Amino acid sequence: MSAARRSLRVAGSAVFWLALLTLPLWLTHVGGYTALGTKILVYGIAALALNLLLGFTGGLSFGHAAWFGLGAYGAGMTLKYLAPSTPLAILVGTVVGGVAATLLGPLVMRRRGIYFAMITIAIGQLFYFIAVRWNNVTGGEDGLAGFERAPLHIGPWVYDIHHDAKYYYVVLACFAVAVVIMKLLLASPLGHTWVAIRENRRRLQFLGVRIDLYIWAAFAISGTLTALAGTLNALLFNFTSPQDLHWILSGNFVIMIVLGGMRKFWGPLIGVAIFVVAQDYLSSVTDNWMTAIGLLFVLIVLLFPKGLLGMLGRRGKEAA
Amino acid sequence: MQLLLFNAFNGLIQGVFYALMALGLALILSLNSVINMAHGGFLVIGAYLAYTLAPYLGFWGALVAGPLGAAVIGLVVERFLVRPLYKRPDPLYTLLLTFGLALIIEDLTRTIWGAQGLPFQIPDILNSSVSSVLFFITGYRVLVVGITLLVVLGLWAMLRYTRLGIRIRAGTLDLETVSSLGVNIYLLRALNFALGCLLAGLAGVLAAGILGLTPPMGSSLIMPSFVAIIVGGVGSLVGAVLGGLIIGVAAGITTTYYPAASDAVIYLIMLVVLVLRPRGLLGQEGLFE
Repeated sequence: MSAARRSLRVAGSAVFWLALLTLPLWLTHVGGYTALGTKILVYGIAALALNLLLGFTGGLSFGHAAWFGLGAYGAGMTLKYLAPSTPLAILVGTVVGGVAATLLGPLVMRRRGIYFAMITIAIGQLFYFIAVRWNNVTGGEDGLAGFERAPLHIGPWVYDIHHDAKYYYVVLACFAVAVVIMKLLLASPLGHTWVAIRENRRRLQFLGVRIDLYIWAAFAISGTLTALAGTLNALLFNFTSPQDLHWILSGNFVIMIVLGGMRKFWGPLIGVAIFVVAQDYLSSVTDNWMTAIGLLFVLIVLLFPKGLLGMLGRRGKEAA
Repeated sequence: MQLLLFNAFNGLIQGVFYALMALGLALILSLNSVINMAHGGFLVIGAYLAYTLAPYLGFWGALVAGPLGAAVIGLVVERFLVRPLYKRPDPLYTLLLTFGLALIIEDLTRTIWGAQGLPFQIPDILNSSVSSVLFFITGYRVLVVGITLLVVLGLWAMLRYTRLGIRIRAGTLDLETVSSLGVNIYLLRALNFALGCLLAGLAGVLAAGILGLTPPMGSSLIMPSFVAIIVGGVGSLVGAVLGGLIIGVAAGITTTYYPAASDAVIYLIMLVVLVLRPRGLLGQEGLFE
């Protein structure tokens, strides 16, 4: 990489993080609202995490809403039944989702392609039905309400996150931590092995690499980070419902990733931003927003299979 | 005891619907390599078409026309949306495409026919009980089981003895070789897709007579059908039927003892099967991986 491109890259990421840091200041002026920005970051964590498995390891998981929803219920139920502590809620939710993903990972780690996708879909639905039917604890179909994110106590200071803009910075901090973790993982030997599995699984097998264990690791880590996003989502709305576990949400995560570009680290975030804004806008202008979203799916698949960043990247490569 | 029989029989009827759905899904999965998330949508199309046409064609006419309508729409979808994706080997894209279609079909059904449930009229003669002790065995339910039995046997004979059936089976094993032998595999795949949609439409019409019509009926039946395929073994049509019946009856029996778990038990069976027999009851080694 030339010095010019490197400084361009540093400048780009500085602008990116600065824009995120100041988002509550400018988002309202361009027609958005702070909670929308928070939601983009929350879904962004989930989509980037799922992409570790989908884009980098090549495992087509269509059931990631399970970990998202488990995180959400874990956080909500901690606040409601256990203790009014936001950090504890985030921790419990993330651990619950992460442990579930880790335990169920061995069921899928040796499967490929269609089989992998189908089993993850079905596993996701298991948790959906538990949430719907176990209604005296989970609130059933109506969802889990009656909890609220509690103020953060940092030493002698109290940071009241009731306000949307203040909670945004909590989410941004988690987002930054998650991004750093994922970047470090992808730069590590583990991350390189994931990409190698995607590119040529059989060759790796011949080299004696236990690919099932690496896929398990990808599944567990991806599930844990998705659960973290789920906890933040429950705290954002002070509410969670079985919809957070439903396969439609799993599908939405996947389409967001494909829309942005699944071969690029930041692709999913772009997809999330477009998808969440489009969904927000469409549901306010038409009752048939489901049809609109469905058409979006069809058009993306037929016309932009490489995603937006993928298309830009290809052009950049040709120029270089 | 009678309650147990009652629930088990209800479960069997549910299992029949799962089996019909799973059979179509498995056909499309094995020859078209498509996880058809829109399969529930074709079920809904079949059911609502039958509902709309029943006043003109009568019950029996609608029973035929509904599934045929679903098959025709399936042909159109295959030709214009699925076919361009065959050249991309990753199942991701067809999965997302049919997922989008599922959303569109459910939403448009709601717009056209309304969100509230509609009743599907069946002839009075079918509503009466066959036996006074086993009051729950109505003529219609016998009909449902009978038609399904006929269809499954017919499909088996078709796949076993006709030229088309033999080509479909050969295509699931090695599509390239079949193609190089001069078979038009595009036509073969199109017919196979339509056949799968026909089965989904049939399941829809039959289910409408018992459950009534609602726009989300497809999405509530498709997930158990996936489970039926996984339990029965991906790649095995007999397995798909067997899986559907097993989970249907199991859910029915669970209703007797612990109704709240009747949905979750389906997925628990799946997990147990996956642990004990990772490829499902009748799955084949190495297929679809």
